[in-house]
Amino acid sequence: MLIPHPLLGLRDSQEFTYLGDANLMHRPDATAENAEAQFCDYVFQRENPAGVHRELWFHEQGDRSWLVVTRDTTTHEILGAELASNVKLGAAE
Amino acid sequence: MTRLTGGLIDRNAPLNFTFNGKAYKGFQGDTLASALLGNGVQLMGRSFKYHRPRGVVAAGSEEPNAMVELRTGARQEPNTRATVAELFDGLTARSQNHIGPLHRDFLAVNDLLSPFFAAGFYYKTFMWPKAFWEKLYEPMIRKAAGLGSLSMLPDPDDYDKGFLHCDLLIVGAGAAGLAAALTAGRAGADVILADEDFALGGRLMSESDALDGANAMDWVASAKAELESLPNVRIMTRTTVFGVYDHGIFGAVERVSDHLAVPGDKVRQTLWRITAKRTVLAAGATERHIPFADNDRPGVMLAGAMRAYANRWAVSPVKRDGDAIAIFTNGDDGHRTAMDLIARGAKVLGVIDAREAAPRFGDYEVFAGSTVTGTKGRLGLTSIEVTRNGRSEWHSVGALGVAGGWNPNVHLASHHRGRPVWNDDLLAFVPSPDGPKGLIPAGAAAGKGGTAEALTDGMKAAITALSEIGVAASEIALPKAENMPSEQAAFWHVPGTKRAWVDFQNDVTVKDIALAHKENMKPVEHLKRWTTLGMATDQGKTSNISALAVMAELTGKSIPETGTTIFRPPYTGVSLAVLGGGDTGPLFRPRRLTPTHHWAEAQGAAFVEVGQWMRAQYFPRTGETTWRQTVDREVLAVRSGVGLCDVTTLGKVDVQGADAGEFLNRMYSNMMGALKVGMVRYGLMLREDGHAYDDGTCAQMAEDHYVVTTTTANAGLVYRQMEFAHQCLWPELDVQLISTTDAWAQIAVVGPKSRELLTRIVDGFDLSNEAFPFMACSELTICNGLRARLFRISFSGELAYEIAVPARYGHALMQRLMEQGADLGATPYGTEALAVLRIEKGHAAGAELNGQTTAQMLGLGKMVSAKKDSIGAVMSRREGMAAEKRRLVGFKPLEAQTQVMAGSHLFTQGEAQTMTSDQGWVTSSCYSPHLESYIALGFLKNGAERMGEVLIAANPLEGKELKVEVVSAHFVDPEGGRLRD
Repeated sequence: MLIPHPLLGLRDSQEFTYLGDANLMHRPDATAENAEAQFCDYVFQRENPAGVHRELWFHEQGDRSWLVVTRDTTTHEILGAELASNVKLGAAE
Repeated sequence: MTRLTGGLIDRNAPLNFTFNGKAYKGFQGDTLASALLGNGVQLMGRSFKYHRPRGVVAAGSEEPNAMVELRTGARQEPNTRATVAELFDGLTARSQNHIGPLHRDFLAVNDLLSPFFAAGFYYKTFMWPKAFWEKLYEPMIRKAAGLGSLSMLPDPDDYDKGFLHCDLLIVGAGAAGLAAALTAGRAGADVILADEDFALGGRLMSESDALDGANAMDWVASAKAELESLPNVRIMTRTTVFGVYDHGIFGAVERVSDHLAVPGDKVRQTLWRITAKRTVLAAGATERHIPFADNDRPGVMLAGAMRAYANRWAVSPVKRDGDAIAIFTNGDDGHRTAMDLIARGAKVLGVIDAREAAPRFGDYEVFAGSTVTGTKGRLGLTSIEVTRNGRSEWHSVGALGVAGGWNPNVHLASHHRGRPVWNDDLLAFVPSPDGPKGLIPAGAAAGKGGTAEALTDGMKAAITALSEIGVAASEIALPKAENMPSEQAAFWHVPGTKRAWVDFQNDVTVKDIALAHKENMKPVEHLKRWTTLGMATDQGKTSNISALAVMAELTGKSIPETGTTIFRPPYTGVSLAVLGGGDTGPLFRPRRLTPTHHWAEAQGAAFVEVGQWMRAQYFPRTGETTWRQTVDREVLAVRSGVGLCDVTTLGKVDVQGADAGEFLNRMYSNMMGALKVGMVRYGLMLREDGHAYDDGTCAQMAEDHYVVTTTTANAGLVYRQMEFAHQCLWPELDVQLISTTDAWAQIAVVGPKSRELLTRIVDGFDLSNEAFPFMACSELTICNGLRARLFRISFSGELAYEIAVPARYGHALMQRLMEQGADLGATPYGTEALAVLRIEKGHAAGAELNGQTTAQMLGLGKMVSAKKDSIGAVMSRREGMAAEKRRLVGFKPLEAQTQVMAGSHLFTQGEAQTMTSDQGWVTSSCYSPHLESYIALGFLKNGAERMGEVLIAANPLEGKELKVEVVSAHFVDPEGGRLRD
C-alpha cells in the first residue's frame, strides 16, 4: 500500500507502523467525574467499521510523523492522510 | 529424433543434457520439454496419486504433468515444469514421484487400488482408529505425498528484491501486449513490459499466422527493436507477474539466471514490487482439454501445445517419425493444429470433431460427429478408439492433440475478488469488470484471441489506460492480421464408464466429480476440497473449467449457475528463497553493534543477541572453564573494585523545549517536573491501561533539556509512544524529541573504586560526594577536551557512574578506562554479570516488567503520583489494580547450591499444587557469588508480609521442586549506603 504523506508524498506502507483507530487521539480528561469509565472506553472500546476508517500510522522509517490516514477497510483504498498534530490542533481550536 | 523443419531454435547451437541419466541433445531456444519431445521422449513423469505414466500436456506454465527435478547437489530443484525450463548445456533433469525407474514405478500399484482412492478418500479412510492417524496414516501419507525431493542442503545462490514504478505495466508480450507497449512507449509513458517467457511474441511464436503478409516473428523483431530503443520502456523477460496487491502494486519474479548452469556473479532470481498507475493484462489464454476414457497417456496433449511444439520448437510429439497424429476437437481451433502439422510434414490421421457439421480447412480426413472413447499404450499412446453414433473403430496413432477451447487467463483480474463472468459466445469466463482498479484486460485474456483483434485491443487498452492518468496516446499503425475461424460447440467431456481424467496431476476423474455430486459436495469450493481438483501445482489452470462443466451437467444447471472459480496469488509457484529476497543468515535482520563491539571481540568476549543488538555477554579469561566462573569473577570484581560495562544499548531520548518538564510529567507516573537541573530521577512509565510499561532515568541537563533513558528492549517503542503523546495528544506543548541511542556511547563505571578511576580521566571535574552526589548529572569534558555527559546512577547498588561520549569515541573511552584502571583491577563485564548485579540489588528488569505487572507489584506503587495526570494513572487506580497484593520479593533456596528455576511457581508447603493454591512465581534467578548461594526474584501473594516463610518452588515441567525462603528483594546493601557514599 502507498500512503500519501502530506509532507513527503506517496510513501510505501512498509515505512510505517500502524497503531489503530484515530480516536486514540481523544484521551479523556483525568479530572472528569467518571474519568475511569471514560478511560475504560478509551483504552478498550473500538469501532471496527467495514468501510471508511480514520486511523493512526507512524512514519517510523521516515520523518517520524504521526498521520491520520483515512482508509476504506474493505478495499484498502486510502482516501487521505493528514498530520496528526494538525488534526489535533485544529480540533482544539 | 522427431524434429521438423523451421522453428525458433538455433540449430547452430546444440546443447547436451541428460534426463534420468541418459544423454540427449537439444538446441538453444528449446525448453526441456521440447528437447525431450525432439528426442522422441514422451514419458516424463508419474501422476501424484495413482502414479500413472504421464507425458507433457501443455507447452507453457500451465503444465500439470511434466514435473521434473533440475540440477544436482545443493542446486537441485524439485517440481519444475519441463515446459518452462530453458535448456542449457549440461542440464541434468530427472523425473520424480516414482520408486524405481520411471517406466516401472513400484508405486503404480496405487493405480490398481484406485477404487479405494476415490473422492474424499482422505476423509473417509483415515478416520479410524483414531490413534492410527498420528502413528501410521500421517507419516505414511507424508512419505507418499509430495512430488520432488529436496537436496537438504543450503541454497548456495543469492536472491534479491527491488522496487519499480511505472505509468503502465503490461503483463504479457504477445500480440496484445506488444501493441500496447508500442502505443504507450511512443506516447512517452513509463512502461514496463513483462513476460514469463524468455522471448517476446507470446502466442505469435507458436502460430503460423502471417503479419503484414510476412512471418509474424519479423514484426515481433521490429517491435522489440523499437521498444528496446525507447528509454521509457523497460522490457522484462523471464518475469512472471504473479499477484496483484493493493494500490496498483504487483509482485513479480524475474528468473535472472535460472537458464544458466550456475548464476556466476548474478543473482538467481529477483523479487520485484512494481507500482503501476495502470496495467494492461495481456496474459493470453490457456487451452482446456476434453476428458474422455484413458485420456492421460503420454502422447495425449493439448492441440494448441502440439501446434506450439511444431511451429516454435520444430518438434513432432510422436516417439517415432512417421507415427500418425490425430486431433480431437470441439471447435475450429483443433483444425489449425492439423493444418500446421501437415504444413511441417508431419503425418496426420485426421481431425475427430465432436460437431456433426464439422468444417474442413485443408487436405486431411475429418471424423465429423465423432469422439475419442478409448486409448491404448501403457507408456505411450499407440492407438485411439474413435466412435460415431455408437460405432467404434481403433486407429493406430503416436500422439493425440485435444482442443477443448481456450480459457482467458483471468487470474490477475480475479485477485481482488473480481469474479470472472461467463460469456456464452466464447464458452469461457472472461475477466470481471470489478477486478483490480486500474487493470484493463486485453487480447486473449479478455476473450479477444484472434490476432487482429488482439493487436487492436492491446492498442486500445493502452490508450484508455493512459488517458485515465492524463497521458495522451495516439493510435498506431498495426500490422495486417487475420482472425482465424474460432467456432466451437459446448462439448465438455465424452461420457463413458471408464476413468476420464479432468485434473491430471492430482488424478481427479469425471467419476470423482460424479461421486462428489452424489455425496452432495456440489459447490465448487466443496468439490475442490473433496476431490483435490485444482489443488495441484498448476492450480487448476487446465482443469477447473472442465470440472465446472461436468458438475453443471450433473446438477442440470448452467455453468455460471454452478459457480465460478477465482484465483489467488501466485499465478505460478514462487520460491520461498526469492520471497526471502536474500534476507537469510546474517542478513536476516539488521545487526547493531555497540561502539565497543570490536574492542570486546578483541578481548575474546562471548556475545548475545539482545533485540537487534549484539552485546558482550561475558569476558572469559585464560584458565576459566565455565561461563559461571567468568561471571562470578566479573561480579566480585565490580563489588570489590571497579567494573566497566557498555550500556549504549539502553534507549536514549533527548527531550527539549519550554514544556519538556511538563511533557515528561505526563509521560512518567512519578513527578518529573520538579526535578532540578543537574539531577537525575528514576522514572516509571505505565501503559494507558495502568500496567507498568518501562523504566529508566530522566536527567535534567538544563531548564529546557532532559535526557531520558529507556530499557534496551523498549527503546524504539517508548520513543514511538512519546512521539504519539507529543503529536497526537498534546501538540500544543513546546517540546521536541529525538532518539539519540546511537549518537552516544555510554559506559557504566561501577564499584567502590569507580570514583577513583573517573578522577583520572575527567578534566578537573569535582567528583566528590558533596559536589557530585548520588543521582547527579553533568556535562563535562574528559581526556583533555572530549565532551561527555556523566550520570551518577546505579543499577548494581554500588557507587556507580555512567559516562557518555559521542559514539565514535566509545571504543577509545573503553581503552582509556582500562589503561587508567589497570592498577585498580578494572574489569570489563557483560550482560550476565549485569543481570546478577541487578538481581542481587533487587532491581526489576524485563522479566519483571513483562507487561502484566503493576507498579504496586513492583513495590513502586507510591511512584504513581496522585497529584497529576499521567499516562496510565487513572486506570492504575482501578479497584482490581489497587487491590493487587502480589509483591516483588527475593528468594533463597534452603540448599544454597541448588538453582531456582525462573518460571517456577510458588506454593505453600503441604498444599496441593493447583491454580487456586498458586502463591506466585519466580521471575529471575542467578547464582550470587556475593552470597555464595543461588538467589531469585519473583512475585508472591502478600509478599511484603511473608518474610522468612519457607515455600515450595515447583517446576512441574521438569518434575522438580525445592524449598525457598522468602527474603527481601534487596540481597545486597538494602539500606543503599554504598551507592550514596
